[in-house]
Amino acid sequence: MKKFLLTASAAALALAASAGYAAARDQIQIVGSSTVFPFTTAVAEKLGQSGKIKTPVVESTGTGGGMKLFCQGVGENTADFTNASRAIKDSELKTCKANGVTPVEIKVGFDGIVLANSKAGTVVDLTKEQVFKALAKNVAVDGKVVPNPYKNWSDVDASLPATKIEVLGPPPTSGTRDAFVELVMDAACQEEVKAANEKGCGEIREDGAFVEAGENDNLIVQKLEANPNAFGVFGFSFLDQNADKLQGHKVDGVEPTFENIASGDYGVSRSLFVYAKKEHVGVIPGMQEFIAEYTSDAAWGPDGYLADKGLIPLPDAERAKSAENAKALKGMGS
Amino acid sequence: MTDAISSFGAVGRPASIHTDDAAKARLKGRYRTEKWFKWLGAAAVALAGLFLVLLLSTIVTQAIPALRQNYVTLPIDLSAAKVDPAKLDEVNYDAIAQEALTAKFPDVTSRQDKRLLRGLISTGTGVFLRKDIAADPGMLGGTVDYAVPLDDFADLYLKGLLADVGSDEAISTSVTPSGTSGDIDLTFGDDAMLALARGHGATEGENGMFTLTSGASSLLVAFNGGTVKLTSLSPAANGTVIAKGTVIEALDSTAPAASGQAFLRVIETPEASRKISDKVIVWLDTLKSAGLIESRFNSIFFFTGASREPELAGVWGAVVGSFLTMIVTLAIAFPIGVSAAIYLEEFAPKNRLTTMIEVNINNLAAVPSIVFGLLGLAVFLNFFGMPRSAPVVGGMVLALMTLPIIIIASRASLRAVPPSIREAALGIGASKVQTVFHHVLPLAMPGIMTGTILGMAHALGETAPLLMIGMVAFIVDIPGGFTDPATILPVQIFMWADFPEAGFQQKTSAAILILLVFLVIMNAIAVILRRRFERRW
Repeated sequence: MKKFLLTASAAALALAASAGYAAARDQIQIVGSSTVFPFTTAVAEKLGQSGKIKTPVVESTGTGGGMKLFCQGVGENTADFTNASRAIKDSELKTCKANGVTPVEIKVGFDGIVLANSKAGTVVDLTKEQVFKALAKNVAVDGKVVPNPYKNWSDVDASLPATKIEVLGPPPTSGTRDAFVELVMDAACQEEVKAANEKGCGEIREDGAFVEAGENDNLIVQKLEANPNAFGVFGFSFLDQNADKLQGHKVDGVEPTFENIASGDYGVSRSLFVYAKKEHVGVIPGMQEFIAEYTSDAAWGPDGYLADKGLIPLPDAERAKSAENAKALKGMGS
Repeated sequence: MTDAISSFGAVGRPASIHTDDAAKARLKGRYRTEKWFKWLGAAAVALAGLFLVLLLSTIVTQAIPALRQNYVTLPIDLSAAKVDPAKLDEVNYDAIAQEALTAKFPDVTSRQDKRLLRGLISTGTGVFLRKDIAADPGMLGGTVDYAVPLDDFADLYLKGLLADVGSDEAISTSVTPSGTSGDIDLTFGDDAMLALARGHGATEGENGMFTLTSGASSLLVAFNGGTVKLTSLSPAANGTVIAKGTVIEALDSTAPAASGQAFLRVIETPEASRKISDKVIVWLDTLKSAGLIESRFNSIFFFTGASREPELAGVWGAVVGSFLTMIVTLAIAFPIGVSAAIYLEEFAPKNRLTTMIEVNINNLAAVPSIVFGLLGLAVFLNFFGMPRSAPVVGGMVLALMTLPIIIIASRASLRAVPPSIREAALGIGASKVQTVFHHVLPLAMPGIMTGTILGMAHALGETAPLLMIGMVAFIVDIPGGFTDPATILPVQIFMWADFPEAGFQQKTSAAILILLVFLVIMNAIAVILRRRFERRW
């Protein structure tokens, strides 16, 4: 027994020590947004299959968390790429710069945010104003700002069905929520609400009409299936993959389809980005190969495998320009 | 005296507080309470059992389809013209496999249809081919029959999970086509088809015409070696029906099919509400009826790493990652935990400091596991600069989490060894260390082992602490050592549950099943150890 204990402790020590001598990293590390995660992982896997480099490791940390890890500094212990479901913020760019990191921005495509419900429910044609009225914490009634009084969709607008307002959506930590607030709530904000409280536009009601359903969009899909009267807010790829169960609603008269989002007609869409760390190119093997694979037409083109995964490609000209910038490693702010 | 007795007898026995009516009622009430409690207990157990059965049966029924995968056998041309034996790595194997598939359907000519057809086989085909050729160069030089895994949608359709498909039914009238390809007219000998179309959601228009839109069920008519999809039907002279249709697979001839020679196939789920088109269904059925499709044990699922394609995703990477992490956890937590317990229980003086330590260990066992993850991030990654996503760091974090559990269990079983053992050992001249290591520890070992295994089982199911140190990640390569990036089973389950593709649902359940099997095995070992070696004093 004594011997066993001794050997076991020795083994533990040896293990702990060996970690300190980790060899130079030969594998790309990627962090960032959970929205871009399904696309970046697909590219990583394709690249790994080709056998040219080891398959990159992709973590889903959220856009903000990814930026923090990415801008931490230069060196083996920091991430090489970060995914983002919004453009880098000025404050983040400043941190990056201060730590000697030059990000290279690659705009990879669009993502639509859809309002959908079960096929068993009714299809409605919504405007952003109606969505704002249904979901904002405070709304203006007769010129006065009051806590949202609307219970049914028909209270918001007579043309809508007389069903209870019940919307399942992402929690405030999610990038999808940020984009939804920016593209719908802020865009359709009532003057009175804005005047009363600068941040009042982005506040979503907390009286049970809007249910925070967690980061897992599959859960929202399942809950919508079970409750035909409930609406859900999530990324287009989940609507695309669950077209047999769900139907998307028109927003401002435009249906959320692949074509409408790609052409920019559908109003609730955002750009997705990947940021590369310029300093790591040539140090960590495979950086350029990864950028080349991501920006190849076989990946992000209209017929590429990322489109099959639900990424909405950029228009041809913009795609060409983005690819050119990425391959030339045009750093930001330099 | 007698008076006294008689007077006593006349009064009779005084009513006891144990036998009067109120007492009887109380007694009854007590029995009732007991009965109620028993019933409630039994009902709670039954309810819990019901939920357990429900949970397990849901997982198992969901998981079963993931255990098999459909393959299509294709003649792959590996002759020297296609594959240069000197440059095996530069060959586009995917293209060769896709060519073999398109050769099976010479009628498919349009670019879009070809793309659809190529999508039938998995995108991992090239990788499998390259690997198999590297292992067996004897395949080169000619055409070999090779089984290619089908794409997830094709696979799910064949498992019956994507669309409701009726069986083939013979049409009891004659069918006459006007052509063999493109958009053609079909003439049916009677009007039974009209009622059928109405029953399947066709929209009725003018002059009794029925249109089958993409929102209605699909009606496919197979005869003369081809398949036609009906788009509209209208009544014609002499009770016949003329149907317009699109040929999906070319007919051999325009010869009329006699009654019973043509077959009708109804796909109940409308084309608009499924991810698989009528064309793909027809192609798959053709391949199936040619005997080329085969359902095999899904070895991909058990023996490969993660993937973004459901049909290529496997649990092996996560199983290896879990194993490596658990080894590190055990190697650290077990010796340290047991030593700490021995010191605290047998050697440490009982003073305020040791009492403090004891209280803190007990409290540590109740700390939320995410806190250990934050500690790991701050200490192991940021301070010591250890690699992200590595099992060695994960193991160390989980070891910190398991330590208090092992210490508490070990102390309890050391305390259970009777003092007589210690006194006897000391009495014949053994030193304190000899007493503990030769006599007390071996007797306490079964209890310690049980505690350790339960602690490990707890650690095996943990994801929260690993989130912070980068083990919640998409990692394809199977880890080869303690510092390679790795993920673990619960994380794999969590990630699959979050992917949008329908094929991952079954994989998620199957992975849950594998994790449950590991947990049951570990708990069973703990029970066996306890039963076999535990001594009662």
